[in-house]
Amino acid sequence: MKLSWPARALLTAVVAAGALVMVIPFLYMVSTALTKYAFTMPFPPRIIPEQPTVEEFVRAWTSNHFALYTFNSLYVAVLTVAGVLFFSSLMAYGFARFEFPGKEVLFRILLFTLMVPDMVALIPMFLVMRNLHLLDSRTGLSLLLISNSTAGNTFFLRQFFQALPRELEEAVRIDGGGRWTIYRHVVIPLSQPALATVAIMTFLAAWDEYFKALILIKDEAVRTLPVAIRLFQQMHGTNWSLVFAASLIAMVPAITFFIFGQKYFISGLTSGGVKG
Amino acid sequence: MGAPLRAAAPPSTARRHGLRAWLEVVPFLLPGLVLFAIFVAWPLLQGLRISFYHWSIMPGAEQEFAGLANFKRASLDPVVRYTIRNTLLYVIVTVPGQMIFGMLVALLLNAAVFGKTYWRAVYYLPVLTSWVVVAFVFKYLFGGGGSPVNYILKDVLHLLPSYVDWFQQYRTAEVPILVLGIWKGIGWTMVMFLAGLQGISHDLYEAAAIDGASRTQSFWRVTVPLMRPVILFVMVMLTIGAFSVFISVNILTNGAPMNETQVVLSYMYAQGFGFFDFGYGAALAALLGVLIFTISFLQFKFLGVKVEQ
Repeated sequence: MKLSWPARALLTAVVAAGALVMVIPFLYMVSTALTKYAFTMPFPPRIIPEQPTVEEFVRAWTSNHFALYTFNSLYVAVLTVAGVLFFSSLMAYGFARFEFPGKEVLFRILLFTLMVPDMVALIPMFLVMRNLHLLDSRTGLSLLLISNSTAGNTFFLRQFFQALPRELEEAVRIDGGGRWTIYRHVVIPLSQPALATVAIMTFLAAWDEYFKALILIKDEAVRTLPVAIRLFQQMHGTNWSLVFAASLIAMVPAITFFIFGQKYFISGLTSGGVKG
Repeated sequence: MGAPLRAAAPPSTARRHGLRAWLEVVPFLLPGLVLFAIFVAWPLLQGLRISFYHWSIMPGAEQEFAGLANFKRASLDPVVRYTIRNTLLYVIVTVPGQMIFGMLVALLLNAAVFGKTYWRAVYYLPVLTSWVVVAFVFKYLFGGGGSPVNYILKDVLHLLPSYVDWFQQYRTAEVPILVLGIWKGIGWTMVMFLAGLQGISHDLYEAAAIDGASRTQSFWRVTVPLMRPVILFVMVMLTIGAFSVFISVNILTNGAPMNETQVVLSYMYAQGFGFFDFGYGAALAALLGVLIFTISFLQFKFLGVKVEQ
C-alpha cells in the first residue's frame, strides 16, 4: 500500500497514542519506585517524580534477602533453560527425522496436553513432587518446569528441524557419521536462532514462575523472586514505592532480553505453529 | 542367514523392523518422555482420580472414595456459579478484545508507519512482563481515592462524577481484571497478526484496488480470508489462555468481595491450598480441564484450525 507522507504521519500518531496506553502503567511504576514513600502517594499522580531518589531500591535490595532470592531464581531459570534445550531438542530431533511405529499417536498425546493448561494439574503435581521428595528444592521446581514445557518446545523445535536441508545430513552419513553426529554437528549448530528463542522464552517463564514456586517451596532459603515479591507486597501493603522498586529489580532480565534479544522471540514466535 | 527368514515371514520382520526403528530413536525420545510421563501425563490422570475422592493430604493416608460427591457439591456451590460466570465473562471480553486491538495495531504497523520495529517492541513490552508484576501495577493504578485511573477519569477527562473504589464492588472490580487481560495480550496477538499480514502478497491488494474495491472491502475480502488460519490459531490459543486466568485475579482481588470475582482456577487454588480440600479442588480443575479441552477440540475440528503435522 502506497501512502502519502502526511497519511503515514497521521497513522504513526495513532500508533504512538496506543503505545502511550501500553507504557503509561510502566511509567507510573517507575515514577512511583523513584518516589520516597511518605504514607500517601503524591496527588495528582505524577509520571515524573518531584524529587527522584533510589532510596526505595536500596531498601528493597538490602532489607529482604533479595540477593538470595535473586540467586535462587537465577539457579532455577538457568537449570530450566539447560534442561529444556537438552530434552526438547533431543525429542524434537527424534520426531523430526525418525520413522518408527506409534510415532503419530505419541506425538498426538504430546499435542493433546498443549490443549489443557498445566495449572489444572496443580494439585496432583504437588502430590507427585511430595512423593518424590522434591518439595523445597530448586532443582525439583526446575525439573517440573522443564517437564511442563517439553511438549510445547518439542513441537516448536521439531518444525524448525524438519525445515533444515537434508543434504548436509546426507553428507555426514556418506562420511560415516551416525545420528548423534548429525544431531550434534548439523542440527544443533544450524538451529541456533530457534534454540535462542526457546532459551529466552524459557528463561523468562522460569524466572517469572509464581504458583508452582508458591506451592512447592516454603523454605525461605530456597524461595524464588516472584514469591518473595508477592509476600513483600502483602507485608508492605500500601508502600507501592518499595513494592515497585523490588518489582523493577526483578524485571531486569526481561528488560535486558527486551532490549537485546528482540529479534529472537519475535521471529521465533511467529515461525511456529500456524499453517494454511 | 537372515535373508531367507525375512522372505519367509514378513509379519515378524515388520515387527523386527519396527523394533529396530524404536531402538534407534529411543535415546532421543526417552529422556524427555520419562519427564513428560512423570510430571505431565501422570498428574493429569491422577487429578481426575483425586476428584472422585475425599482426598486426605496426609502422606500415606487411606483415601476415602467419594463417588460423585465432589461434583455434586460443585453443582450446588454458589461460588462455583460465580467462577463460571466470571471465567466466561473473561473469555468473552478479553479474547475478542485482544484480537480486535491486536489486529488494529498490526494493520496500522503494516501500513507503513514510521518506526515500525520500535512500536512493535513497545506493544510487546507487557507480554514480557510477569503477571505478578503487572497485576501489582494494575492494583495500584485502580486503587481508591486519587489513584492514577481515578485521577485521569475524573480530574483530567471528567468522565466520572466522583472517585470509584474499584475493588469494593463486584461490577467495578471486574474492570481492572478485564482491562489487564486485554492490555497484556495485545502485543502477542499483534505480533502473530503482523506475521500473517506480511505473508499476503501486495499484488492481491493491487488487483482488488483495480477491481474497484475500497479499503474496507479489501480487508474483508482479501485480508480476512487469507489470514483465516492465523486468526483461528490465535483465537484457540487465547481461549485456552483466558479460561486459565488465575494470577491476575489472585493478586488483584483474591476473590473479593465475598468470592464474587473468583474464577475457576483461583477457587481451585483457594480450596486446594487454602482449605487443603484436594478432592474438591481437583474436581473443579477437572471440570475446567474437560471444558477447555472440549472447546479447543471443537474449535480445531469445526473451524478447520490446522496445526502443522
